[in-house]
Amino acid sequence: MRQDHLITATQLSRADIEAVLDRAAEIDADPAAMADRYREAVLALCFFEPSTRTKMSFETAIKRLGGATTDMGTVESSSVKKGESLADTVRVVEGYADALVLRHPSEGAAKMAAEFVDVPVINAGDGAGHHPSQTLLDLYTIRENVGLDDLSIGIMGDLKYGRTVHSLADALTNFDARQHFISPESLQLPRSVRFDLHNAGAQLREHTDLDDVLPELDVLYVTRIQRERFPDETEYEQIAGEYQIDADTLEAASDDLAVMHPLPRVDEIDPGVDALPQATYFEQAHNGVPVRMALLDFLLSEGEL
Amino acid sequence: MSDHELHVAKIRDGTVIDHVTGGQALNVLSILGIDGSEGLGVSVGMNVPSDRLGKKDVVKVEDRELSQSEVDVISLIAPEATINIIRDYDVAEKNRVDRPDSVVGLLSCPNRNCITTGSNEPVETKFSVVDEGVRCTYCGTIIRDSLADHIDPE
Ligand SMILES: [Zn+2]
Repeated sequence: MRQDHLITATQLSRADIEAVLDRAAEIDADPAAMADRYREAVLALCFFEPSTRTKMSFETAIKRLGGATTDMGTVESSSVKKGESLADTVRVVEGYADALVLRHPSEGAAKMAAEFVDVPVINAGDGAGHHPSQTLLDLYTIRENVGLDDLSIGIMGDLKYGRTVHSLADALTNFDARQHFISPESLQLPRSVRFDLHNAGAQLREHTDLDDVLPELDVLYVTRIQRERFPDETEYEQIAGEYQIDADTLEAASDDLAVMHPLPRVDEIDPGVDALPQATYFEQAHNGVPVRMALLDFLLSEGEL
Repeated sequence: MSDHELHVAKIRDGTVIDHVTGGQALNVLSILGIDGSEGLGVSVGMNVPSDRLGKKDVVKVEDRELSQSEVDVISLIAPEATINIIRDYDVAEKNRVDRPDSVVGLLSCPNRNCITTGSNEPVETKFSVVDEGVRCTYCGTIIRDSLADHIDPE
């Protein structure tokens, strides 16, 4: 893998992905071996949108590598509030850190930021665009549970604005994966993502009803449908309700199904699912640390992924 | 040049853009950033009968030779266009337009949530040319139709 930054999943080849996942598995097996590897390293956390999980997970990852973080804080408390451009912010922050993790509400923010700095930039979410580090931990979780080849995966919920969905779908084109996209019609995949999937020769099908595909799935990846995507409350409740799952829903599913979710969830997965063997989302969340350690290891050691 | 083109006066020096898709002449001018305020002599023939295209537009710009890269962008709305560089009433060069690989700084991204729109970032828009149209390099938004509607007036 010869890349300075991680901006989208489309930049990742199968070999790139496998290199990171293999490294993550090694780290997972013996995390202590990495404890002092990056004692001098500083990771800048630039979160222009609130995030708890992704930020904490990167923070833990760099600390377990022996490094430290420098945190921009919230937008309200920073110079962004005074009207500073993103290009200026990242050019200042690169002087404080060896790599930069960026979350920003605008699509293309990380791509632009990477043009202005020499340190590696990791896109931790750009609007409704991409979230490739989440994808690496998703793929790690899939590989550990059901394997990445001859895979039948259902991706359900807000496919239009869901950046974790876009990156995951892009990355899965590297594998022998049948991708089923399950959503209300108003939240189907955007044209730009379809374009990439089509170019990559993806095997994809679209459904409005989970029941059509549930029995054949190895993975069901659930995402949240947000209230603000709908003009009124009634329509939201009615439509979102069709894409929530509980223990009854899963009776039609394989016993080996892995139910995943990028978290946080609200009501799209009933807590009654948590105790079932198919529930994989907490394991998935925990995988964020070793996978991000592996990612940082690549970017910090070579200056390349 | 055929007799049909005599609808538009001959020029001494400059550029004639011929075989423009009918109705696109004004969009060609806006792609070139010509709005008359430059003081250049500009004549436009619209919906002139053409053997090849049925109807075509012709744009003549006096005292300015347009570069190949400038006119390549025209190919996106007028793929059949030909560029004639005129010197002393003669056609000194005649070229077809080629589809460029990318279009920088000319179009604005229709995605209002794109980092290149509505922000104070010091970055020019950049679109790559794809089969379906053009695609924002930053946010991935694809513009398929009516490209000229997205020309940034600056
Ligand atoms: Zn854009």
